Amino acid sequence: MDLNFTAEEQAFREEVRQFVRANLPARISEKVLHGKPLGKEDLEGWQRILHKKGWAGFTWPREFGGTGWSAVQRHIFEEECSAAGAPPIVAFGLLMVAPVIMAFGSPAQQERFLPRILASEDWWCQGYSEPGSGSDLASLQTRAERQGDHYVVNGVKTWNTLGQYADWIFCLVRTKPDARPQAGISFLLIDMKSPGITVRPIRMLDGRDDEVNEVWLENVQVPVENLIGEENKGWTYAKYLLSHERTNIAEVGRSKRQLLRLKQIAAEQRAGAQPLLADPRFRDKIAQIEIDLMALEITCLRVLAAEAQKKGAAPEASLLKIRGTEIRQAISELTLLAAGHHASPYLPEALEDGYSPDPLLPEAHASLAGTYFNDRKVSIYGGSNEIQRNIIAQMILGL
Amino acid sequence: MDFQFTEEQTQLKDLLDRFVAKEYSFDARRKILEGEPQGFSRAVWRKFAELGLLGITLPEEHGGFGGGGLDALIVMEAIGRGLVLEPYLSTVLLCGGLLRDAGNDAQKGEFLPAIIAGERLLAFAHYEPRFRYDLHHIATTAKRQAADYVLSGRKTVVLHGGSADVFIVSARTSGEVLDREGLSLFLVSASAPGVQVRDYRTQDGQRAADVVFENVTVGEAARLGAEGQALAAIERAVDVAIAALCAEAVGAMGALNADTAEYLKTRKQFGVPIGKFQVLQHRMVDMFIHTEQARSMAYLAAVKVHSEDTSERRRALSAAKTLVGQAARFVGQQAVQLHGGMGVTDELAVSHHFKRLTMINLAFGDAEHHLARFSDQLLAKE
Ligand SMILES: Cc1cc2nc3c(=O)[nH]c(=O)nc-3n(C[C@H](O)[C@H](O)[C@H](O)COP(=O)(O)OP(=O)(O)OC[C@H]3O[C@@H](n4cnc5c(N)ncnc54)[C@H](O)[C@@H]3O)c2cc1C
Ligand SMILES: Cc1cc2nc3c(=O)[nH]c(=O)nc-3n(C[C@H](O)[C@H](O)[C@H](O)COP(=O)(O)OP(=O)(O)OC[C@H]3O[C@@H](n4cnc5c(N)ncnc54)[C@H](O)[C@@H]3O)c2cc1C
Repeated sequence: MDLNFTAEEQAFREEVRQFVRANLPARISEKVLHGKPLGKEDLEGWQRILHKKGWAGFTWPREFGGTGWSAVQRHIFEEECSAAGAPPIVAFGLLMVAPVIMAFGSPAQQERFLPRILASEDWWCQGYSEPGSGSDLASLQTRAERQGDHYVVNGVKTWNTLGQYADWIFCLVRTKPDARPQAGISFLLIDMKSPGITVRPIRMLDGRDDEVNEVWLENVQVPVENLIGEENKGWTYAKYLLSHERTNIAEVGRSKRQLLRLKQIAAEQRAGAQPLLADPRFRDKIAQIEIDLMALEITCLRVLAAEAQKKGAAPEASLLKIRGTEIRQAISELTLLAAGHHASPYLPEALEDGYSPDPLLPEAHASLAGTYFNDRKVSIYGGSNEIQRNIIAQMILGL
Repeated sequence: MDFQFTEEQTQLKDLLDRFVAKEYSFDARRKILEGEPQGFSRAVWRKFAELGLLGITLPEEHGGFGGGGLDALIVMEAIGRGLVLEPYLSTVLLCGGLLRDAGNDAQKGEFLPAIIAGERLLAFAHYEPRFRYDLHHIATTAKRQAADYVLSGRKTVVLHGGSADVFIVSARTSGEVLDREGLSLFLVSASAPGVQVRDYRTQDGQRAADVVFENVTVGEAARLGAEGQALAAIERAVDVAIAALCAEAVGAMGALNADTAEYLKTRKQFGVPIGKFQVLQHRMVDMFIHTEQARSMAYLAAVKVHSEDTSERRRALSAAKTLVGQAARFVGQQAVQLHGGMGVTDELAVSHHFKRLTMINLAFGDAEHHLARFSDQLLAKE
């Protein structure tokens, strides 16, 4: 066993670091580092820069235009990107629907969709959840009826992340109402410009309404050629996709970066004659999180290595999701506590593009409470942490 | 021991329960939050005055009812349950309390009846940028100039500072930034030359302000209490605020528990109400346990808040703020989690109670700060 990165891996890290340093626009990294909201331009802009370098498909095999990188390389890449303040990869296209299309799509679908995903020409969103179907996804009610060479889709999808920007939505729909819940579901790709689709924003607890949406589908016509794989086999593809979603949710690189910000704020705040960071009680809390994050990182690499050997996602990914999100929430909470009551002003204007805060004004901490509040979502979405624990209990422990 | 409220207290509680249920629904509150430029309703404030709520804790000789910590607790618990936005804590409890405890007859005569009648709003301008919760950590100065004082400094997160007619400002008449001696309090009109107020909404829908004092001149009559000896009065006022916030938190936690239990009974997944899942039942039970523990500490804080034994008082108040802060965190976070996606929306009261509980923990020292103070006191006793 060797827990050091090899010389090649070190060299790879250096290459990624140089590239990111030279190509990540400061305007974008400034937003990321200060917890400001990112717009479509920021997210797509960065993906296009990666694409030009041939790195957009950093999780993809070579045959589809990806990098063919190992799990360790992907990890290093994500860590370097996060550390520099690169925006997160919008997962829906590159990391979620693309693997499904690669594994189960027809050659025609692969040709049609994959290059556009790689080039960030299409923005994808995920239409799984419904008002009555959250954790119990298989209970979904959205109907698709075959009429000649079309499906006619009716239903409501919800919690649709960034769907306001989307060109395409991948949807789970019920094609066989009388079958057992998991058996009658199909996986459809739907053009968001189709008549009958309405997107309505949901206002979140941090006051923002540009994150998730409801998507209403009324008699939406979807060509049969947009069905993935076989009719009524969608559940298999859906689960395959979810296992990909979970690995990404660990977000070790992001947490490392947030930890740095926490330390910086703790160094600025004065607790008596000293900086807060000099208070051993507070410092121990940071130290504990740092240790937890080290353990998560190594566990993450272990799971990725095991997956690479077995070729496929393992239920162990659930533990990455649970710990990853718990650590992320612990960091945003401690960061809020570091700023203390100075984080209580609600100043949305301070989160706008180009606003540079004076460290003595309340703007300096304008994003911290919002981040803490908003981060409550990470133990809910992508399969709640309770559901992840159920998966571990059943699939690993045999309970 | 007796955990009963008096007959008057029970009546007060009933009155407030009715008020919050009938006139301060979540929708009514949302209208105030979104429609009122000052972030609270003057009409509701007048109603509070008519109901006698503004005078409950203030002395009888100035038109109040002379009530104590438990009376304040009853009011604040209802305020917590209803997410009430009006400036009760800042004007009545904090500033009214400071005037009651440190004011001279003229000052009391001028301000207390006006507070009780709902005619004047006051705010306590104390904390400063970057300094955390140490109450003596003050850089603002008040320099003697003949018969006057000249104040200069910056105050931050002044609760309801934007609507205040008058500030009670802490400033150094002598000493260095961290000295315990040398602090004085002043009554300063919000419209005095040199006072600049920047008003903002806070994360929980309340209001606060940053206030800059630039060479603001006030006369000797504006000084509240003895020169240089204000720390004791400040500590006492903050203890009153802490006891009040503990009660408010208990009200908010009670509302969250009720909402969450209801959600667990009605939200169905996998063909059953999610409350059938034992892991959620146990979580809900832990929320309940935390809340009852917090309620006990809120009672303790309310009973001890006017104790003359300073070290006993501060020990009880720090213990209460620690435990209530921890409970607030647990109950708030879990209530959101058990609501799933709905918990992180603006639509339900859950997220609003969660945000308020988060801010209550941060106000006047979070759980960690008060745990450290409590713990340091153990050492001092050796
Ligand atoms: C910010 C955000 C973004 C999202 N983005 C998307 C998206 O882009 N596309 C999409 O399709 N969906 C998305 N989702 C939906 C997300 O996957 C669901 O919110 C999640 O699966 C939980 O479902 P629910 O909200 O209906 O909660 P519920 O399923 O109603 O759960 C409520 C509570 O009960 C618990 N619970 C439920 N069942 C069990 C059980 N069997 N055992 C123990 N506990 C249980 C849950 O853990 C939770 O605490 C998003 C959600 C959020 C909050
Ligand atoms: C030191 C000691 C002294 C005792 N003295 C006496 C005595 O004087 N007289 C006497 O009659 N008995 C006595 N007991 C027995 C005691 O009451 C039992 O040990 C106890 O009821 C638990 O039963 P068990 O040990 O069979 O554990 P189990 O009932 O087998 O439980 C095992 C675990 O499963 C959990 N569990 C069980 N059911 C559920 C459920 N529905 N939901 C969630 N979790 C569950 C339990 O909490 C426990 O963690 C004593 C036990 C001890 C350890």
